[in-house]
Amino acid sequence: MRFAVHLEVRLRPTIADPEGATIERALPALGFDDIHQVRAGRSFRLEIEAESEEAARSRAGELAHRLLANPVMEDTALLSLVAIDAAGVP
Amino acid sequence: MTTRVGVVLFPGSNCEHDVVRAVRGIGGEADIVWHAATDVDAYDVIVLPGGFAHGDYLRAGALARFAPVMGAVADFAAAGGPVVGICNGFQVLTEAGLLPGALQKNAHLRFVCAPCAVRVDSTKSVLTRGVPLGTELVLPVNHFVGRFVCDEATLAELVAEERVILRYLDNPNGSIDDIAGICNREGNVVGLMPHPERAADALVGGVDGAFLLGSLLEVAGVAAA
Repeated sequence: MRFAVHLEVRLRPTIADPEGATIERALPALGFDDIHQVRAGRSFRLEIEAESEEAARSRAGELAHRLLANPVMEDTALLSLVAIDAAGVP
Repeated sequence: MTTRVGVVLFPGSNCEHDVVRAVRGIGGEADIVWHAATDVDAYDVIVLPGGFAHGDYLRAGALARFAPVMGAVADFAAAGGPVVGICNGFQVLTEAGLLPGALQKNAHLRFVCAPCAVRVDSTKSVLTRGVPLGTELVLPVNHFVGRFVCDEATLAELVAEERVILRYLDNPNGSIDDIAGICNREGNVVGLMPHPERAADALVGGVDGAFLLGSLLEVAGVAAA
């Protein structure tokens, strides 16, 4: 089976995020003075070949921890995991 | 016997020739080692040079740590061999788990390229063993991802075990505790953001880096003899 996976990697809450802070500082000038606590991160979309949804989930977690995130400063979250067919359609 | 230094070349490294030249300039032997190599037995010292290995994609050093040569480098380090990561090489060593902490984007989000004053705060490492404690050196820094970060427990451990080998006098990137360089518990694995190899010839504005590289060659030469 094939699964479409969407993972997010973000800085841990205790790690300073100069990128998010810079974005937040620029917002009032554009009229977005009601936006707070901006944190920048990145997301990854990929497909996993696996026997079951559980196996795909565990493989995605392994990938996130071993490569996509540096656990010293980053956390990851699995945003979605959906079974797809050969054409990539859910 | 002359100390033999292997300088690892990852796709995207760009300071390997500077290191080779600096080492030869102070009497050592140096060769470039391609990242696909699977052993580093011919060398007394391994240097991971600066640059942008694998384009710094994902995170600086994150992909280089999976290079075939890194297994050999880890074995070499575990056997007590001196390993020094300079700038991007430091990032690779933290990603590989050979040194604690991580390097993050500079706090002000600007690339810094400038001579920087640093102080030798520990002589425990192979790079600083031959330099008197408290010596102030001027070394160039050249980085965007140079802010050293770690959790409080790791910092306390680094300080207590005298593993912070270099501190900035005027912190250029927001590194925690002004840290410019650290070493592992044994002192044989070292990472630093400043470039000693670019301050090893009077023609290019200073020779302070040669003190550090000289210490490295001497320590490694004695161990290899």
